[in-house]
Amino acid sequence: MHRFANPTRFFRIANAVLPVLALLTVGLFGVGLYYALFNSPADYQQGETVRIMYVHVPAAWSALACYGAMALAGASFLIWKHTLADLAARAAAPIGAGFTAIALATGALWGQPMWGTWWVWDARLTSVLILFFLYLGYIALVNAFDDPDRGGRAGAVLALVGLINLPIIRFSVDWWNTLHQPASVLRMDGPSIAPEMLLPLLLMAGAYFSLFGVLMILRLRALFAERRLRQLRLAAAD
Amino acid sequence: MTAFVGVILRDLRLARRQGADIAMTLAFFLVVVSLFPLGLGPSPDALARIAPAVLWVTALLAAMLSFDRLFQQDADDGGLDQLALAGLPLALIALAKAIAHWLTTGLPILILAPVMAIMLNLQADAYPALIAGLALGTPVVSLFGTVGAALVVGARRAGVLVALIVLPLLIPLLIFGVSAIEAAGAGLPVRSHLMFLGAILAGAVPLAPLAAGAALRQALE
Repeated sequence: MHRFANPTRFFRIANAVLPVLALLTVGLFGVGLYYALFNSPADYQQGETVRIMYVHVPAAWSALACYGAMALAGASFLIWKHTLADLAARAAAPIGAGFTAIALATGALWGQPMWGTWWVWDARLTSVLILFFLYLGYIALVNAFDDPDRGGRAGAVLALVGLINLPIIRFSVDWWNTLHQPASVLRMDGPSIAPEMLLPLLLMAGAYFSLFGVLMILRLRALFAERRLRQLRLAAAD
Repeated sequence: MTAFVGVILRDLRLARRQGADIAMTLAFFLVVVSLFPLGLGPSPDALARIAPAVLWVTALLAAMLSFDRLFQQDADDGGLDQLALAGLPLALIALAKAIAHWLTTGLPILILAPVMAIMLNLQADAYPALIAGLALGTPVVSLFGTVGAALVVGARRAGVLVALIVLPLLIPLLIFGVSAIEAAGAGLPVRSHLMFLGAILAGAVPLAPLAAGAALRQALE
């Protein structure tokens, strides 16, 4: 793993992977959206509004996975002090905040016809809102220091503290009575969702995750260039 | 152990000599709580309904005011390096700081809150839940605030940043604290809400100092 902490080696691989991943993202979104919008059954209770699920659920999954990735990158920065790990954590934060915002917004759009309200202050919605605030706090913290390394280290500790929120989000629908429906895909006794709905859901999840990969590589490139520029400027100023 | 008590006593002594700092926190609590009857109109029923939320939210905000200086002063004058060299684990330094912070901020708020509750016309049978909830909750505020304060040592706009980082983590505390008071006011059992607060405190006592210690180590590097 430490082999890939070398930026030159990392970006050589990442730049080769990027076009493939971008093509995969476009393809998966195309096929996934076709299945989600046209080639899947309407729900017997919810009717056509169930199609919001194919945008909403993968966004929420990616938001959680993105936070996990951010905390993991932060931890490896604390342990091995690879600059690339710090940049990865910084790169993941706005992407995750974006996914969280999509999950919250589509959830509100779905809640209005189904629950009769845009928003309720129940456990699932509140804990996802806290996730959004954690992303914002992380972004504010890492940028608040004159020394970027110091910001990265403080942010990494905050990201690790915030990890406690992930199991709370995951199990909030089981621990508390809430309007939000309980888990129907990742269950001990297998998915309870209909297979013809599971396929578009998984396609869309794949699309979101490969989009995450594409955005990560693009942002990593930009952040790395920014860091190099800073070093060059500091060197020139000496 | 001597060093641990020494850190607490030192912070208490500093707080006593700079007594205005505590007074300012309490004055902020007092002023903000008294803004609500003025903004909302003095209807006793309306005040009684919002009293639990106002007291808890204002207590959280008042506590936030004091965190940006918790480690910053020591970091500026080199005291933090001295403390770290004294051989006490950083997590224990953070715990001592949290205890001192609670004694100088949490405890005064806890004593002042019932008085403010009278001004807000809180129902008589809700007072035990208010006091018990704040007694369990304010130490958690101090512990989490210590983590935030350790993270922002050396940051720009540290005061706002601490609030931005710590307040989201304190949302569960607010939920259970307020619902305990509301349950007591409605004549429902408050035990489960208080037990949740106790559970959060029991988790925060060992874990928050560890996180704060890790943050301090990054600040000292």
